[in-house]
Amino acid sequence: MIVADPKPFLQVKGYLEDFQKILVVGCGTCTTVCLSGGEAEVQILASGLRIAFGKDGRKKTILEECIQRQCDLEFVEPVLSRVESENIDAVVSLACGVGVNFLADRLGKTPIFPGLDTTFYGANVEQGLWAEMCAGCGSCIIAHTGGICPVARCSKHLLNGPCGGSEKGRCEVDPANIECVWQLIYDRLKRLGRLEDLRHLLPAKDWSTASDGGVRRSTREQLYDI
Amino acid sequence: MSDKSVVKSGSNLERVLSSGHFAVTCECGPPKGADVELLEKKVALIKGCVDAANVTDNQTAVVRMSSIAASSILVKNGMEPVMQMVTRDRNRIAAQSDVFGASALGIRNMLCLTGDHQSFGNHPKSKNVFDLDSLQLLDVVRTIRDRGVVNSGDPVQGGIKMFLGAAANPFADPFEFRVIRLAKKIDAGADFIQTQCIYDMKRFRDFMKMACDMGLDKSCYILAGLTPLKSAGMAAYMNKNVSGITIPEEIIKRIKGAAKNEQAEEGIRLLLDQIQEVREIPGISGVHIMAIEWEDRVREITERAGLLPRPLL
Repeated sequence: MIVADPKPFLQVKGYLEDFQKILVVGCGTCTTVCLSGGEAEVQILASGLRIAFGKDGRKKTILEECIQRQCDLEFVEPVLSRVESENIDAVVSLACGVGVNFLADRLGKTPIFPGLDTTFYGANVEQGLWAEMCAGCGSCIIAHTGGICPVARCSKHLLNGPCGGSEKGRCEVDPANIECVWQLIYDRLKRLGRLEDLRHLLPAKDWSTASDGGVRRSTREQLYDI
Repeated sequence: MSDKSVVKSGSNLERVLSSGHFAVTCECGPPKGADVELLEKKVALIKGCVDAANVTDNQTAVVRMSSIAASSILVKNGMEPVMQMVTRDRNRIAAQSDVFGASALGIRNMLCLTGDHQSFGNHPKSKNVFDLDSLQLLDVVRTIRDRGVVNSGDPVQGGIKMFLGAAANPFADPFEFRVIRLAKKIDAGADFIQTQCIYDMKRFRDFMKMACDMGLDKSCYILAGLTPLKSAGMAAYMNKNVSGITIPEEIIKRIKGAAKNEQAEEGIRLLLDQIQEVREIPGISGVHIMAIEWEDRVREITERAGLLPRPLL
């Protein structure tokens, strides 16, 4: 899933100073699951904005909505219609950056602001904790590394083993919070009896499939036939 | 895999090693600015004491004069550089371009490194590159040197002569992988290795035994890295804060046991003992003395260690 963290409240409030009628839109998929942009978070942010602007002596209309996905036209269209029909001045999106972009491309003259900082593709590794697992590089190499990704999970994206900063299974960049992924890879390949896999040099990686190759698209030709 | 009998660059360091002498290198960190005089002063302090001096590449991710420019200044001043190059700050286009430039400026040794993460330096908000890792950099430069083509396969206009080095850290984890990584670096093109600073001599002996059992010393020259401790405080600090460095308790005790104004001298005595110890370890071809901001003691250290005069080949 895509993980995103709430932006500081005052930053979001700052975006909205000049607008009167504001719609806060949540997303029912990734950011709901990672507890930053679902229905509950929409309510919390909207209430906070009402209170904060109220304390400033400025009464604004803060509306709330949460749709299933902000990255699918099917779910987004009703929001676009509402913005139009209710003369909404500005939208705050609590989706990941994908949702904000997707709406921005379709909102005409209505401004939209991000309420979240989108961080990474990750998994819910324990209660209340998400960790990065994939970098979306477009040419997956984890068949060679026991299914564990050094592109996403090594601080230096090393492809040929741990640097000198691996100590007791931790990464020197932030030992308290970051595991050395190469220790994990080593341990896993050892368990699988495949340490030989690490003996071979992985040559310079093709980054053209990552964002370095320009903005990416993905097509499924079979869908066009339906 | 490097073949020791084939001349790679004909650098002084390569000649010293290939003729069987025990090599000595040290570090010569560039200034945090354009102060050429400061660099030349450091060169004067180490000239004649070592076979080549490593010119660090924005070490610990702190901005300094570029290692290529500083290496070129060393060449002009008659001191052979080992130009360090990290992949943190340059992609394969810049790295290869810089290697051509370095070769054109008369630089004949380089050390291929990944580099310290920028979070340790003075620009922690910068973007890193890491298009290549250190092994891939070795592979790319070796391919230019031996096959005359850049990474894309295009032929080069004018080849390079470069004696290629890499680092090895026998003290980081996982320990059993450390010698495999060393073997990979040699496969990727390393002609010589400089190790991380050694304090845990037992672990280093174990590492070297594994390396020699795999025959790695036959296809690569291994220089043992040593850093003199200036004080008990420095020993404690490095032990606690520098990842991949463990200083055994008896060493900390030994430095602590000396009076405050005697601790630096005790640190040098310890270093001299370590130099003699590593000389006896099979597979070791030289020492790399990393006297951090202590270039003014390199002459004394090499002299007292019996490493002077350096061979003139």
